[in-house]
Amino acid sequence: MIMKSDDHGGESAARTIPVRVLRQDAPGQESYWERHDVPWEPNMNVISVLQKVAAIARSQDGRPVAPVAWDCNCLEEVCGSCTMLINGRTRMACSALVDRLLEEHPDGIELRPMSKFPVVRDLVVDRRRLFHSLQRVKAWVPVDDSFDHGPGPRISPEEQEEAYPLAECMSCGCCLEACPQFTRIETPKREGETDEQLAARRTAAFDQGFIGAHAVSQAVLFNKHPTGKMIADERMAALTGPGGIQMCGNAQNCVAVCPKHIPLTRSIARAGRSATLWALKKLFDR
Amino acid sequence: MAQPRVLVVGGGLAGLAASMRLAELGVDVDLMSLVPVKRSHSVCAQGGINSVNALTRQQGDNEWKHLDDTVYGGDFLQHQPPVKEMADWGPRIIDLMDRLGVPFNRTPEGFRDQRRFGGTLYKRTAFAGATTGQQLLYALDEQVRRFEVEGKIRKYEFWDFLSPVIDDSGRCRGAVCQDMVSMQFRSFAADAVILATGGCGLVYGRSTMSMVCTGSAVSRVYQAGAAYGNGEFIQVHPTAIPGADKLRLMSESARGEGGRVWVPRTPQDTRDPRTIPEAERFYFLEERYPKYMNLVPRDIATREIFDICTTDGLSVEKDRLCVYLDLTHIPKETLDRKLGGILDIYEKFQGVDPRTVPMKIFPAVHYSMGGLWVDYEKSPTGGMLEGSPRNQQTSVPGLYAIGECDYQYHGANRLGANSLLSCIFSGLFCAAGVQASAGAKRAPAAESLYVAALRREEERHEALIQRRGGGENPYGIHHELGDLMTRVATVVRRNDQLSSAYDEVCALEERWRRCSLSDTGNWTNQNVVFTKSLGDMFPLAKLIIKGALLRDECRGAHYKPDFEMPGIAATDPEGKRREAEEWCDRFEANTNKWLKSTIANHGADGHPQITYEDIDTSLIPPRPRLYGLVGGEVIEEVWKERLRAREVKGGQAAVREVGVGAAQS
Repeated sequence: MIMKSDDHGGESAARTIPVRVLRQDAPGQESYWERHDVPWEPNMNVISVLQKVAAIARSQDGRPVAPVAWDCNCLEEVCGSCTMLINGRTRMACSALVDRLLEEHPDGIELRPMSKFPVVRDLVVDRRRLFHSLQRVKAWVPVDDSFDHGPGPRISPEEQEEAYPLAECMSCGCCLEACPQFTRIETPKREGETDEQLAARRTAAFDQGFIGAHAVSQAVLFNKHPTGKMIADERMAALTGPGGIQMCGNAQNCVAVCPKHIPLTRSIARAGRSATLWALKKLFDR
Repeated sequence: MAQPRVLVVGGGLAGLAASMRLAELGVDVDLMSLVPVKRSHSVCAQGGINSVNALTRQQGDNEWKHLDDTVYGGDFLQHQPPVKEMADWGPRIIDLMDRLGVPFNRTPEGFRDQRRFGGTLYKRTAFAGATTGQQLLYALDEQVRRFEVEGKIRKYEFWDFLSPVIDDSGRCRGAVCQDMVSMQFRSFAADAVILATGGCGLVYGRSTMSMVCTGSAVSRVYQAGAAYGNGEFIQVHPTAIPGADKLRLMSESARGEGGRVWVPRTPQDTRDPRTIPEAERFYFLEERYPKYMNLVPRDIATREIFDICTTDGLSVEKDRLCVYLDLTHIPKETLDRKLGGILDIYEKFQGVDPRTVPMKIFPAVHYSMGGLWVDYEKSPTGGMLEGSPRNQQTSVPGLYAIGECDYQYHGANRLGANSLLSCIFSGLFCAAGVQASAGAKRAPAAESLYVAALRREEERHEALIQRRGGGENPYGIHHELGDLMTRVATVVRRNDQLSSAYDEVCALEERWRRCSLSDTGNWTNQNVVFTKSLGDMFPLAKLIIKGALLRDECRGAHYKPDFEMPGIAATDPEGKRREAEEWCDRFEANTNKWLKSTIANHGADGHPQITYEDIDTSLIPPRPRLYGLVGGEVIEEVWKERLRAREVKGGQAAVREVGVGAAQS
């Protein structure tokens, strides 16, 4: 139940947080705003707000409603699941502390799904495209096999310190949400289309879209790795192909919103220089 | 013959390692996970991964010592051959992860750097910043993505494993699963099924585990007939940050760098901790353990913090159990240099700077040592025989378990940085045996088998959705279950409490049957997925409590004060000697009685049937853990004499001279 103000004047015991959630029941349906009043507790984050919304399952006017759907897992900002727009800003719900949010916006908290990915339901979006981009740039070390061949290459501490921040990318998608060049690709199922046909059409659409800052940065990471660079050309082909690095408009929003403070613009600049060199090399190699 | 097909459930370190190796062996893999595999719980592991390495080797370390540390740390409650095999594979596994691109920290010369972790004298732990688990997982995720592009692995993300499909002969032939987006059901035919679904922290409500760690997949195969081992062994980490949504880990290094644990002497003193004078603070660890102070062993720290809040009622807050972990006496620059990363986590999630305000911490459920019972085939050299279809196989043929969800490697207590190793090892190692099992010739399962299994799950789902009018709230029941389990089945266990808690769990299960769903739709219905997984927590809660209730001893993480073996009270040499002899007699009697794995089988009446399994201690004979015990040095002396006497008598050359642990003087 929604808590009423008590007569002891204990402000903290009675406080409720007004939460506005932009809901959508399923793909292709209209979205709508719903208001929830959530009892305030110390040390809350947006995840615990949503847990309370689910447990209460009533809107502010007392109507029974289905719990708001949202993605989360680790709750310590390392799995990349719980990205959403909180008071208009793309960020992780687990590290969004309620008291801080209320300091900035005393009127309450507004939650919306990411806008650059198709909504599955409420705050859940379909981020398959994000992982597909990692396939496009072949973000892996092309080892022969997983059998024993002794240790990997020797790596200096400087190289490790450069690689580690890039390797911390948790595929949350904040950089893509903030990027003006990364626009939504939605492929609703057509009449009579099989799942395989739909998947093929979706993949083809993804392959034309901008790969995004996260994938550019991963390409840079693996192109620097002593074994990873053995397929650097294949990554460069992806980076310079359709939806490649040339689409970056240098808005630099990506680096500003990255929860892990990954130097994405530096990666993009590096990739851009390599792309130019690679294109020239290809020209002369012909 | 068609390619064998294997269903891997769970995409953490173990599931990814198994998928990668199976794909490499030419097996088609369906990889299923509740979340995109890159978001699995393995990402939360911070510290590192253990293995013998070139450096420790030159300091006298070897695989045998890694085995010894692991079984001693686990209080000898694990079969030794699999642990030996894991320790032997350790160096190869680190090398492999290194080749896969894991950015391990480096020495100035460019070698992998290593740090020292609890329970060993050697710097065995390789690490990648403060996110080793994340980095290891990503490296495997990348290889699996590569096989996905090649079409050798098919991923099913946002899918829920509902039940194994078992044929008339008792063999697992696949599984029924549900797409959590479209809520569609599907039967997956498989020549073998591997569960790699992690721990069951959510049975305790909040823990250091991720939200997917409900234990539901494991519970579902347990209810379908798979045996569960050592359920009562749950590791509780002494210092975590209590949160409304989860308990986040606060590394032991905070105390290592001089952090002091205290509570106000006045219960629930409302003053700002910084204004409470020294005389009114109770530094209980320092007072009670003048030798070890704040760095008492992990299990003792956990117990003391728990007791000061529950038994002594001295929790800092009234509604939320916690004590202060105080770093404010240490210069800020020192803190930033040595503890920066972990202090940032505290600040990020608590909104308070631990450099200026004491942290509030409390122990939290952290790891399930127990899990599905799995088999192994012993090799001639005392390890595990690679390629045997028995390795990692549950009591249901064709159904395998690896990673945190098996019971195999950590006994009664897990050593830090051994979990990442056991996950990757069990995943890689099991593959050849699973391939043999999956590829064996057998008649295809009847289509009707899958249809019937699917129908059962659909009906169960419909019944849940249609259920009306009970009025019970699943989230409320989960909260109550978590509170109950945390109260009775974590740090300190007492038979009267366990006994009544068992009935309370049964009562909660009854109430669960009257849950009303707030979402009865058939699209991305998280409400029904959660309610189902909650229902599957009760069988696990019951086997944990029952196992703990029956086990009248103290072993590793399982601590019952009523069955504690106190240290030596006498002060004169003769008295000490006599008591030490008696202590060793009692230890031997207890070993004979309790050095056995608890095996739970799901009874038709819904209650666990408990039996016990003998343990293969053929490599290292069990010995007492005497850490911090008064008179430990005398007991150690007596114990060594007995061991030598036995060696002479039995001519047992294999018994090695290993110190009786950390009996410190």
